[in-house]
Amino acid sequence: MRDQLLRVSVWRGADEGRLVAYEVPARPSQTVLDVVTYIQRRLDPSLAYRFACRVGMCGSCAMTVNGIARWTCRTHVERVAKNSAIEIRPLANLQVIRDLVTDMTPFFEKWRRAEGRFVPATTPARDFAKVPPASRERRAADAGIECIGCGVCYASCDVVAWDPDYLGPAALNRAWTLVNDVRDGGNSDRLRAVAGDAGCHACHSHQSCALRCPKALDPTASIAGLKRVAARATLRGEL
Amino acid sequence: MNRIDWRARNHPAWWAALVHRVSGILLALFLPAHFWALARAIEGEARLESFLRWTENPLVRLAETVLVILLAAHLAGGLRILALEFLAWRDRQKTAIALSAGASLALGLCYLLNVF
Ligand code: SF4
Ligand code: SF4
Ligand code: FES
Repeated sequence: MRDQLLRVSVWRGADEGRLVAYEVPARPSQTVLDVVTYIQRRLDPSLAYRFACRVGMCGSCAMTVNGIARWTCRTHVERVAKNSAIEIRPLANLQVIRDLVTDMTPFFEKWRRAEGRFVPATTPARDFAKVPPASRERRAADAGIECIGCGVCYASCDVVAWDPDYLGPAALNRAWTLVNDVRDGGNSDRLRAVAGDAGCHACHSHQSCALRCPKALDPTASIAGLKRVAARATLRGEL
Repeated sequence: MNRIDWRARNHPAWWAALVHRVSGILLALFLPAHFWALARAIEGEARLESFLRWTENPLVRLAETVLVILLAAHLAGGLRILALEFLAWRDRQKTAIALSAGASLALGLCYLLNVF
């Protein structure tokens, strides 16, 4: 019996490039990452792409599949193929290094600019911090903490496309989890960092980020939280 | 750098944002016409009278209906954003979009029934 074939077109080149057509045998439970790997191992070893964990943990395999940014290791071909055809491109809003590999530097640089690292409160801890799981802050932090840094939200955000300085959904979501971390002592700097022109107030609440996030996080809600905290701080004269 | 694909924008929240923005722009464009009409009133009753008679023309009435729908859509879109950002609505978002679209259409149609 002959294999059923998938018609796959893949972006080749850098920012300038073109779609190249491949034929890949269809398999049950095949993921888009399986398809890309097949092309690289069997058809064209020069194809560049990224992956590591293959189980949705590392966040390195995101690509644009039939127009929509997705984690490819957890995206089944059956769910996204249209008439056995798939188009695979690198993530939008990021410079392409080669083929399906984008330069994620600005994406992660913005986490730093949003003060996205934990700053221990000054008093050295004598005991484990007790953060009741039911507290409001803990629940807000929990809601955003599972981010795997895949960049899917960033590549789906129109405001990122309009304003290259915009911190973007992932970095702001990270800042919001820290704003709600009662052990953290860095919030005055953090609020200043996220309340600027390129920060939370630039978000138009399009919710593309929340719709596309493979971890079902809601960066729009996190950013709305930052907007409220920043507005309150401004009213109190703290910003 | 690849651009965002149009296929990625085809979802209710994005359309709601587009309607909100476009209705805002169209309303802003209408403002000069609105002020011009008000200016007629200052110029005397006769001028206003003739202008008001002109507005009874069914085509103008239809345009006014569109205007009311735009206004209602913009209002509903604004309320949706306020709910989203200040009340931290999440999953109920889709319902909110549907409700705001429904409400603006209903308002527009009420107006239509009233004028004809
Ligand atoms: S809600 Fe804000 S961050 Fe998310 S996609 Fe829209 S503009 Fe970007
Ligand atoms: S918020 Fe979601 S889409 Fe954005 S980087 Fe984190 S896991 Fe990926
Ligand atoms: S390869 Fe790690 S998330 Fe897909």
